[in-house]
Amino acid sequence: MKKTLALTLTLALVLSLTACGKDGNSGEDKKSEGVMTHDEYMAAAIDSEVVIETYVQAKQSWWEDKATLYTQDKDGAYFVYNAVCSEADYAKLTPGTKIKVTGYKTEWSGEVEVAEGAAIEIQDGNYVAPVTDVTDLLGKDELIDHQNEFVSFKGMTVEAADDSGAAFLYNWDGSGEDGSDLYFNVSKDGQTYTFTVESYLCDSSTDVYQAVKGLNVGDTVDMEGYLYWYEGVNPHITSLTVK
Amino acid sequence: MNRKWNNILAVLFTGASLLTLTGCHGSRALPEFTVPAELDTAQKYEITFWAKNDTNKNQTDVYKKAIADFESLYPHIKVNMKLYTDYGRIFNDVITNISTGTTPNVCITYPDHIATYMTGTNTVVPLDALFADEKYGLGGSALLYDGPAQEEIVPQFLAECVLEEQHYALPYMRSTECCYINKDYVEKLGYNIPDVLTWDFIWEVSEAAAVKNDDGTFALNGQNVMIPFIYKSTDNMMIQALKQQGAAYSTPEGDIGLFNDTTEAFLYEIADHVESGAFSTFKISSYPANFLNAGQCVFAIDSTAGATWMGADAPLSDISEDAFVDFETAVRMVPQYDPEHPQMISQGPSVCVFNKADPQEVLASWLFAQYLLTDEVQIGYAQTEGYLPVTSKAQKSPAYQAYLAGSGKDNQTHYRVKIDASKLLLNHTGDTFVTPVFNGSASLRNAAGQLIENVANSVRRGESVDDAYMNQLYADVTALYRLDQKDIAAGSWKELGALPPAAVLLLAALAVSWCLILLYVLSDFAKKRKKH
Repeated sequence: MKKTLALTLTLALVLSLTACGKDGNSGEDKKSEGVMTHDEYMAAAIDSEVVIETYVQAKQSWWEDKATLYTQDKDGAYFVYNAVCSEADYAKLTPGTKIKVTGYKTEWSGEVEVAEGAAIEIQDGNYVAPVTDVTDLLGKDELIDHQNEFVSFKGMTVEAADDSGAAFLYNWDGSGEDGSDLYFNVSKDGQTYTFTVESYLCDSSTDVYQAVKGLNVGDTVDMEGYLYWYEGVNPHITSLTVK
Repeated sequence: MNRKWNNILAVLFTGASLLTLTGCHGSRALPEFTVPAELDTAQKYEITFWAKNDTNKNQTDVYKKAIADFESLYPHIKVNMKLYTDYGRIFNDVITNISTGTTPNVCITYPDHIATYMTGTNTVVPLDALFADEKYGLGGSALLYDGPAQEEIVPQFLAECVLEEQHYALPYMRSTECCYINKDYVEKLGYNIPDVLTWDFIWEVSEAAAVKNDDGTFALNGQNVMIPFIYKSTDNMMIQALKQQGAAYSTPEGDIGLFNDTTEAFLYEIADHVESGAFSTFKISSYPANFLNAGQCVFAIDSTAGATWMGADAPLSDISEDAFVDFETAVRMVPQYDPEHPQMISQGPSVCVFNKADPQEVLASWLFAQYLLTDEVQIGYAQTEGYLPVTSKAQKSPAYQAYLAGSGKDNQTHYRVKIDASKLLLNHTGDTFVTPVFNGSASLRNAAGQLIENVANSVRRGESVDDAYMNQLYADVTALYRLDQKDIAAGSWKELGALPPAAVLLLAALAVSWCLILLYVLSDFAKKRKKH
């Protein structure tokens, strides 16, 4: 009897170990009933209702019970703007947390997102997206297919941010101060792009903020961040390395 | 030995319990401010100035110069500036800091916000005594700069800073809303722009502009995108529409009249024009300027303080150069129901002074706040956007008049659209109005805009906008902004809800401490009695 019990318990323990593997980081990202795939979300019309399951990759901000999130599943990314979210729930949205979002799709200055007022439901599951290098897609139409994804850019050259030759600006025109968004220009193959350190995402205490402040025109840099869009590509950078 | 230790422990315990009482009193109200007889220049002061700008480097440069020039006049006063680009964030930070007694000294603000700040006792300095002070007041004899006398501040703008019959702020800059129009498109549609736009005109032309070709492109511009009429601040849209029609919005006592039949009729009209694609809002579609400049909008309504972003030659822009189209920009007042009696919102930053324990610190703060009304600061800041200086002294100065006369000289400082916007306010200052200010008026303003945003979104999402929808909308917006829980004037009881956990723990700890002390005393008394 004792041996049988011991064997049963051991088998149960071994079986329970299979539940410990991270949900979503391997294998198919199976959506629940009534939930859209990423392709279905992208194909959905603007202003149509969307129901998605996705994974928080980073949190931009919480303000008056509204949360703005960078999220991604295995197939693509979803930017969630000002979703309804208590402060307590916002604290639970650590990187990789699975959420179900019910809202409406919208597009704002080229940025496709789930519109303000969406409902969030925290679920079991975890997925942290690997980075996708999109350096070679800069300037190409396909770049927008990776909108809001966690991406990298390699070997770009820092250009002057304004006529004074500054390597970066506080706010888009230098009107800010330490703690404001950082704007800087980087080029590849003769084309210059404006990248941003979004101060709500990465504040002045972060390594990337300090790294951008330490830039010099002419530096060659590798960067990672979220492929945000505002009237064209405008990545929100989360890390930067000077080569 | 036991008795001695018992006594020591009792004393320590009592002392510790007494210390907990220090947490009970809450924040202590500041004393009422009294203007000192003399400015103490021997004592150094560092004052904080929370400043709002429109993400415009020219504006931050004006602030920095003002600070440097002021400090050179008053070397014992150092001004530390913190920059904001969002009024809501300033408001929230001030509210948070009131409870900890760490408000700034001087703050750019709106009267709506000050009404909420004033729920703290003696938090915001009433300025009338300072205005009238012979030495340090407006145009005072001991000022080290040429500040305006009270009668040199535009009376209408100054009156906007009166709350509870006292001045609690100085106006700093004034603006209004205006309509930036693609004149070429209007004429292409067969219309001429009237001197005063009407709502009927703007809706009619917008509907005409929304017509599509067979291939789905828009007939007016041949593009795939055309939003004929885009409104930046839908709160102003609703407030102005109600005011122009003589409909209720709110009273100075805080009675809310927003949810009325005129509002509903306006919302139904908006719904129709959203349905046809003729109208959208900034929150839904993005900045009106982006569409106007790309030839994708006919009527863009935004602040006069957004003029540098508007038009084919706009000095500031978020769209790429190759997206611009060439057109003539006309500037008009916002549309009116009664063109003979136009009414438009008065807006723009004011500046308030927060009370501190040291009246000299407050006086130093007041001197800096007043310095912001000197001609150089007023003219410098007004030139950065379609603002108007708030002093007649600055408005009539040769420098400002020369600035206005230089309209069109260049597309930077003398950008014609910007100066046209300023002139519009200058010529129609008497046609501007403000809404009543009370604790909660900022929330009501947000609710006004939310009504339009919700209706527009619902139409776009295919929802049915009918009587049932409107009833639910009113209920939802009332709940969202807690409009049914507005503060009543001081002196009334208000349900505050459950105590926070920290307060509960503190009170429990106090009760337990005193029970233990009492037990010890009784126990000791009992022992002594037994012994004897």
